[in-house]
Amino acid sequence: MLRLERRPSDSKLMMALSPVLAIVLTLAAGGTLFSVLGHAPGQALYTFFIAPLTDLYGWTELGVKVAPLMLCALGLNFCYRARVWNIGAEGQFIMGGLGGGWIALELMHLNDIWILPLVLLAGTVCGMAWAALAAWLKTHFHANEVLTTIMLNYIALNALLYAVHGPLMDPDGFNFPESALFTESVTMPLIHEDYRLSISLLLALLVLAVMWTLLTRTLLGFQISVLGEDEKAARFAGFRTRWLTWMALLVSGALAGLAGIAEVTGPLGQLSPHISPGYGYAAIIVVFLGRMHPLGILFASMLLGLTYMGGEMVQMDLTLPKSITGLFQGMLLFFLLACDVLIGYRILPASRQNPQTAN
Amino acid sequence: MNRLELSGITKRYPGCIANQDISLTVQPGEIHALLGENGAGKSTLMKIIYGVVKPDAGEITWQNKQVVIEGPADARRLGIGMVFQHFSLFETLTVAENIALGLPAGQFRNRAELKQKISEVSDHYGMKLDPDRFVHTLSVGEQQRVEIVRCLLQNLQLLILDEPTSVLTPQEVGRLFKTLRQLAAEGCSILFITHKLEEVRQLCDIASILRHGELSGQCKPADTTTEELARLMVGDDTPLFRQFDKVQGGSPILEITGLVHQPDDPFASPIRDIGFTVNAGEIVGIAGVAGNGQEELLSLISGEARSAAGQVKLHGRPVGRLYPDQRRKLGVGVVPEERLGRGAVPSHSLVQNTLLTGFGQMVNRWGWIQRLPLRKLTQEILDKFNVKAENIDAQAKSLSGGNLQKFIIGREVLQQPKLLVCSHPTWGVDIGAAIVIHDALINLRDQGAGVLILSEDIEELFKICDRLGAICEGKLSPVLPASQVSIQRLGQWMAGEFTESASNQGAPAYA
Amino acid sequence: MDIDLLTNILFATIRTGTPLVLIALGELVCEKAGVLNLGQEGMVLMGAATGFIITVVTGSLWLGVGAAMLAGLFMSLLFGFLAISLVANQVATGLALTIFGIGLSAFLGTEYVGVGIEGISQLEIPLLSSLPVIGKVLFSHDPLVYLSWGIFAALYFCFRRTRLGLTIRAVGENPESANAIGMRVMLVRYGAVLFGGAMAGLAGGYLSLAYTPLWSEGMSAGRGWIALALVVFASWKVERVLLGAYLFGAASIMHLVLQGLGFSVSPNLLSMLPYIATIVVLMIISNDTIKAKLNTPLALGQPYRPQI
Repeated sequence: MLRLERRPSDSKLMMALSPVLAIVLTLAAGGTLFSVLGHAPGQALYTFFIAPLTDLYGWTELGVKVAPLMLCALGLNFCYRARVWNIGAEGQFIMGGLGGGWIALELMHLNDIWILPLVLLAGTVCGMAWAALAAWLKTHFHANEVLTTIMLNYIALNALLYAVHGPLMDPDGFNFPESALFTESVTMPLIHEDYRLSISLLLALLVLAVMWTLLTRTLLGFQISVLGEDEKAARFAGFRTRWLTWMALLVSGALAGLAGIAEVTGPLGQLSPHISPGYGYAAIIVVFLGRMHPLGILFASMLLGLTYMGGEMVQMDLTLPKSITGLFQGMLLFFLLACDVLIGYRILPASRQNPQTAN
Repeated sequence: MNRLELSGITKRYPGCIANQDISLTVQPGEIHALLGENGAGKSTLMKIIYGVVKPDAGEITWQNKQVVIEGPADARRLGIGMVFQHFSLFETLTVAENIALGLPAGQFRNRAELKQKISEVSDHYGMKLDPDRFVHTLSVGEQQRVEIVRCLLQNLQLLILDEPTSVLTPQEVGRLFKTLRQLAAEGCSILFITHKLEEVRQLCDIASILRHGELSGQCKPADTTTEELARLMVGDDTPLFRQFDKVQGGSPILEITGLVHQPDDPFASPIRDIGFTVNAGEIVGIAGVAGNGQEELLSLISGEARSAAGQVKLHGRPVGRLYPDQRRKLGVGVVPEERLGRGAVPSHSLVQNTLLTGFGQMVNRWGWIQRLPLRKLTQEILDKFNVKAENIDAQAKSLSGGNLQKFIIGREVLQQPKLLVCSHPTWGVDIGAAIVIHDALINLRDQGAGVLILSEDIEELFKICDRLGAICEGKLSPVLPASQVSIQRLGQWMAGEFTESASNQGAPAYA
Repeated sequence: MDIDLLTNILFATIRTGTPLVLIALGELVCEKAGVLNLGQEGMVLMGAATGFIITVVTGSLWLGVGAAMLAGLFMSLLFGFLAISLVANQVATGLALTIFGIGLSAFLGTEYVGVGIEGISQLEIPLLSSLPVIGKVLFSHDPLVYLSWGIFAALYFCFRRTRLGLTIRAVGENPESANAIGMRVMLVRYGAVLFGGAMAGLAGGYLSLAYTPLWSEGMSAGRGWIALALVVFASWKVERVLLGAYLFGAASIMHLVLQGLGFSVSPNLLSMLPYIATIVVLMIISNDTIKAKLNTPLALGQPYRPQI
């Protein structure tokens, strides 16, 4: 039997090593799963994790997935550092896409240069407003944000469904639940015309740099981390905890909303019931896997982006269900949380003299 | 026949040895003191006897039979009961429910029989208890009785008490000692953990003294001077007793008038019409049993809780509505009771923890952190206050209690406050650290700052305070010069008797 | 409103409320012991998928119900290992469980989407079921509904009267004290978490085997989360869980009622109702902070490791 012994201070080494360990364990478990399903594990893992990235197109497609994941995750990171458990990136993403998409549909026949920025701004504000609801419920009514943001996700999804089945449905669309296709003036510029990758990735990298600075160099970033680690200390220091909670949720909602509208006006080009393949939820995993650090989040969103592409790949090549993506994502978070125990604890064999101490 | 015999007990924790080869025996009906400084290993040893902690080596012999105590339930079956310093009670349950949970299932046929027995036992030992009250409505002293009665309801052979007097008024201490003597006379052995020498001399038949985890001596307290006991506790090289001059303060710095507060936490205590002043160049001490409004009073002065503006004044300026950072700018420094998890963020580095209250000076007006000056200030705190830490980037939680307290006090003092409010300045710290802390407070006073100390440690209050008062159920006694307050009178104040009484003739105890 | 419609609404309310009763009772026990398991949604889905698959494969509904409970149990064991043994953050672990459960159930159930089975049939209680109105409303349900009442009664008695109930509360209020007086804190917490898992699995089985006998991805539609809010609504009191679950049941069949009364509203807007109701309820209940503090288990969400 083994027992845990608390380290006097957290291990920085394990902090960095734990995600690596988690990825290795996920690969091992994934390989086992594939072989149980009757596929050669090496081959299947190759199909899932390597094959999607064997050409430049693959890498640009990864960028298409990384941009929304990273934007959502950078926002959530801000919240989670403050221990504000915003699970609502999905809903904020959808509302950003829906609200911004609506403005886009209204304005897309104009041909001005300011239309796209306006549409992006509208989406950002919508995402922010959706998060503001959760902030209001938390600070004024002390309602648990995990539950309210989840509920807001379901409401946002139903609002989107309502819109594409009703008011925003394309009148010439043969009754498909989709909006009209966006025109050039409300479409995100592409980085290169041969690929789907738009400038939203650059936007995401810019946000990453800003966030990094904010978190490590400014009083606001410090206040957020104190609030998260120790709320009593935050009050003791005189930080305005309500205001910080609002900030965390607003920033997070804005970034998720931006991700949403950038997705709708980018690779998708119209509103449809499936504007998010669960980016808002996957971003949660990105934050934990990325150690709540901007650079880690960059790498983690690449890995999570890859799980989407791998899911599609094994569906095509091995005729396995696409939902295997969610399975890999869930396993990854599980293994990560398990490995994280090593940050605060050492694992030792139970002392032989007192075997009963292990439990 | 020995009641209990320990031989060669050793327990190591990562980075420290809590107990090293300890052997001692306890006789039936004996009141045995276990004496030692904070961190000497007393609590660990007692937890080993009670089965909460497993020793790495050593043997326990109970009534001449060698035993392995697997857990508290096992210890209680043998007849060992323990009252922890932090009570093992459940606040939202009643007294009877609490006691029932600590007894083996099926000892009583029903709740009524249990309540009957509780009343019987508590009356017999002079500890009145209502079995139907919820524990969170009881005073600390009453909660202690619940703990003791819980032990007494089993066939009790050995009662272990961990620092039982630190939470009591002097009068309550007297009543507790009476109960303990009665128990001992009936044949029950008592292990009494403390660091207070005077109590040992009053109560105990024999004393074992621990220092740095080792047994440093054994003696009959009645035949030993307080000084000799203290030497065994702290070793040869630490100065023992220090005297500080009492002074008279100057102009008022903190003025509190008609302060009232109803906290929104159901477990907190309201503040009822408190008024007093802290002057420049004096130390004011407020005694009180835990949970009588000290924490709320501290929060109201620090700004963590807010009152009507005029009820708290700094330099004549109403500040009752201001937040802690705003008050800090006006010269308020605060050392809260919880060091880890309020005074310092456990997982943050010392540098970051310096920023916690130092951000007024360490952040420019654009919100940028001034990293170099911040690191310099942190290093200065470590140097000047003799804080032992790996380096300034060490996590706060990796520091020992005494070093963390030195760090926090240093952090506040180096910001040169006009008013320092300090809760339990030396609670749980070793003598070396206590000396550093007392010196720092006296220095600050002598530089002209006002210092307010909230503490349960009466001895400490008499030692360093120029004026003294006590708080009880959110009300404050008169605050008088220390030389005019006797220990009896302070005890009455702590129990809520504020009116002048005839018994106020005794000489000041520690002044 | 005519009496038949009313009878039907009340009947449907109880059917719709039953999975919420089951999940919320399980979570209540778990939270009373101080463990916050946000993985309900994942456990329910796993229960639903597993129960359905086993029933299709074996042809036995009751094996399906058993498998559903086992699936929930297995999932909660994963949670327990991480959150109790490895002292992981309970919020993150619960989320992980939900994400994992959604993924795994969708993966396992892929080939079973659209497969039909004969669901668990109703068990009309002799005599009682022939009573007017209440006979139909209360005594013409499938056996799992009666089981949910039995579990409710058992828990009510447990927390009112028994040492076990006191022990669970004590562990959830102050695990350090509980350990100091010799309770097996880890054991009690594991027990509570496993009970919660079995209940969530059972609720999943109810959904896929009795309520709408079929399997579809994400079919629990947030019931796991609503049940979490219900526990808050109920102020951690067993009897109020039952009341709240049926109130929510009523809210989620509002569209049937409105359609029955001849109104036509977009189904997408109507399906927002239970979620909006949840938010409103959280607003009202959480606003009274003093009461909330008194009712919430004090150590809820705090990991605990005994010092040895």
